Amino acid sequence: MMTVFGIPIQALLGQLLVGLINGSFYAMLSLGLAVIFGLLRIINFAHGALYMLGAFIGYLLLVHLGIGYWPALVLVPLIVGLFGMLVERLALSRLYRLDPLYGLLFTFGLALVIEGVFRYYYGVSGNPYAVPTLLAGGTNLGFMFLPNYRGWVVAASLIVCIGTWLLIEKTRLGSYLRAATENPELVQAFGVNVPLLLTLTYGLGAALAGLAGILAAPVYQVSPLMGSDLIIVVFAVVVVGGMGSILGAIVTGYMLGLAEGLTKVFYPEASNLVVFVIMAIVLLLRPAGLFGRDA
Amino acid sequence: MSEPLLAVRDLHAWYGEGHALHGVDLDVRRGETVTLLGRNGVGKTTTLRAIMGLIRKRTGSVIFNGKDLIRLPLHRVAHQGIGFVPEERGIFATLTVDENLILPPVVANGGMSVEEIFELFPNLKERRNSQGTKLSGGEQQMLAIARILRTGVEMLLLDEPTEGLAPVIVQRIGELLATLKKRGMTILLVEQNFRFAARIADRFYLMDHGKVVEGFAVGQLSAHTDKLHEVLGV
Repeated sequence: MMTVFGIPIQALLGQLLVGLINGSFYAMLSLGLAVIFGLLRIINFAHGALYMLGAFIGYLLLVHLGIGYWPALVLVPLIVGLFGMLVERLALSRLYRLDPLYGLLFTFGLALVIEGVFRYYYGVSGNPYAVPTLLAGGTNLGFMFLPNYRGWVVAASLIVCIGTWLLIEKTRLGSYLRAATENPELVQAFGVNVPLLLTLTYGLGAALAGLAGILAAPVYQVSPLMGSDLIIVVFAVVVVGGMGSILGAIVTGYMLGLAEGLTKVFYPEASNLVVFVIMAIVLLLRPAGLFGRDA
Repeated sequence: MSEPLLAVRDLHAWYGEGHALHGVDLDVRRGETVTLLGRNGVGKTTTLRAIMGLIRKRTGSVIFNGKDLIRLPLHRVAHQGIGFVPEERGIFATLTVDENLILPPVVANGGMSVEEIFELFPNLKERRNSQGTKLSGGEQQMLAIARILRTGVEMLLLDEPTEGLAPVIVQRIGELLATLKKRGMTILLVEQNFRFAARIADRFYLMDHGKVVEGFAVGQLSAHTDKLHEVLGV
């Protein structure tokens, strides 16, 4: 059997795949957080809850309405995105003039409420969500066995991340968003409806979280706690990437996922810690983050 | 005499608790270039920002084209036909020159096309794919004015367009404003450079302590030199 540093190559590749899957979710979630933080200057503590909401809505659509995975892939981001826009319009928009701490506290409270409601009705045990038949089974790549659904998750998250990056960097709407991130007042004085842009941006971030949630449903169990388990790591990703940096969030998401996977092979005890160790080192050496612009 | 395009009456404005404008009155008629003069800190920039709605805490009236701008949300003001070029120029670092140029939405017909703008500002065309803030100060000022010309507004609010620029660039900006004036643009200008202002303005308002203390036409300039010396220290 082939080995690398005494580790069977299958085990190494297997863990790298797990890392890449986790990294796909980190990237999609930190991307949304970065977009929201960049424009709204709000650290969205509800992001994990929105991700959980996405998975749960997918689960409930299936159980109660018989709506399967593929339609849910479109419906869930729409529903979570609309919910996000409603939250922004009714609550967050009233907090912009106050200290940023209020936005953070509000989203933290919102996360607790959403999670609390689902814990009350569904308990803390996970609910299974079957892999869609089209993607059931796996493919033998010769050097390893790849479950099809996991390959799909990596591909889908890459498409979503690159698509979002293109939307922000290459389109007119994206140029409004970037300009408003720098100087919202001036952009509004030019005649751009910045309050609407803020609503749409929070909606986009929420939709990305919801999409990550429905993609995650067949990989992890659908549970009210799935968001809070993930969100702390995602915050670390955003810090390492550089607050508000879109590209930084994406690249760092995948990188830290892979770093976690590698650590599981070579020193499993540290696998839950490695992300935070990297965060501490980055904060010491480059406080603005790997991709952050120095203020 | 026709109604002024812009009529400001008893305009008060506050920065937090600080009362910055104490009842500004001024008129700008269609096609006129009017300059606000005054020492630093008398409220010239604040007047422009309060007209535009960038300062929300204000009272009085700002009638533009018969409509009171004070009642409008900030993003509706530009659509009435009024464009703002801020003192700090407001060029966006994360946008290319091209993106900066087409950022402000077109609010009326009759604005310049991007091609016309590039004819007027060949430097900008050469550097259209550069990052906006990589331009020189003069080029950034040109870009800040150019992007408003695209929008088709009838009136420009210009805050210290010559500040910190080399004399040759100042002259270019003077020529540009003269061209705009010929095209019928109405301009309200804040300017410290009195010689520059004297060449292009039709009328002047002198500000002190947050209000307009004197108004005169360019023909009456000599009659007011003593007063100007006293207030401006020039």
